[in-house]
Amino acid sequence: MTTRIVELRQGILKKNDELARGLRQRFASAGVLVLNLVSSPGTGKTAFLERTLRVLLAHGSRAAALVGDLETDNDARRLAASGAPVRQINTHGICHLEAEMVSKHLEGWDLAGLDYLFIENVGNLVCPSSYDLGEAVRVALLSVTEGEDKPLKYPTLFNSADAAVITKIDLAGPCEFDREAAFKNIRAIRPGIRVFETSAKTGAGMADWLDYLKEQRASRPAS
Amino acid sequence: MHELSIVGSIVDSVTESLAVYHGARVTEVRLRVGALAAVVEDSLQFCYGIATEGTLLEGSKLVVQILPVIVHCYACGADGEIESLQRFSCPHCGEPVSDLRQGKELEIESFEIEEGEIEGGAIAEAGEAVTP
Repeated sequence: MTTRIVELRQGILKKNDELARGLRQRFASAGVLVLNLVSSPGTGKTAFLERTLRVLLAHGSRAAALVGDLETDNDARRLAASGAPVRQINTHGICHLEAEMVSKHLEGWDLAGLDYLFIENVGNLVCPSSYDLGEAVRVALLSVTEGEDKPLKYPTLFNSADAAVITKIDLAGPCEFDREAAFKNIRAIRPGIRVFETSAKTGAGMADWLDYLKEQRASRPAS
Repeated sequence: MHELSIVGSIVDSVTESLAVYHGARVTEVRLRVGALAAVVEDSLQFCYGIATEGTLLEGSKLVVQILPVIVHCYACGADGEIESLQRFSCPHCGEPVSDLRQGKELEIESFEIEEGEIEGGAIAEAGEAVTP
């Protein structure tokens, strides 16, 4: 019996990372801006996305969504009411989306015919941060009802985000939401990040968000 | 709780690399995990016991090396370890920093095996080639 040490130096999520790299190239060459929306359950990702899709479609943009959920297709049905193409990904108990699930659910879709593709992740502030889906922009959402210190509690996710969206801003008053503390905490974890304050109910902040989407798309011409 | 999926990937990768070591048994697997990698060592250890059952990794030890978050500061030019995961600022000059140099790693560094009868030197040499 001899003992031997085998050097491997391999990323544990290598397969996911490779698939995500391939997706990113596909998205870039199709000229579609892909965004991965991540938050806790109940932050209002679906309502925010519903409003975003309606506004984009009303402005003549072509947008679609993939929506991750443990078991139901409730969110997909809600989103489809906006008129945008929507597909549901049921993870059946898996707490996050993986690149392979995204890739599988894109089959038959003409990506070049889209301007924006939103991927609504499973509601979870921990696990989705490890899985690259090939997105261009990762968006972390936080509602005023969750507490201003959430970014400090989940630094991994907020640190990996490219933009942050505060939702349910219409409830800021009743929740005694401390706006300054929220901004300070988000930026302590991710210095310089763009932060949007929105309400899917009233439409507050949606114009700024839309401008951001257009900017992001314009800054990444089809390759 | 994605630790079970992560451990599943570890078992797959190590098993794949074991193909060249006939009759070998894994005694230890060493990981490098960044402090920002979103995995909890206790959960990893718990899931490892379950996921390795009935595999060539059964009974092996999982050694997890946690790597601190190292940032690069454009204001003062220095690299350093952040003092807290709740504050991404330069440990030298205090400026906010967003350039991470270390802390998101999630990798298998190496594994240790006990070999049975080696069937000739050629196999052992083929094994040596299993490097990055």
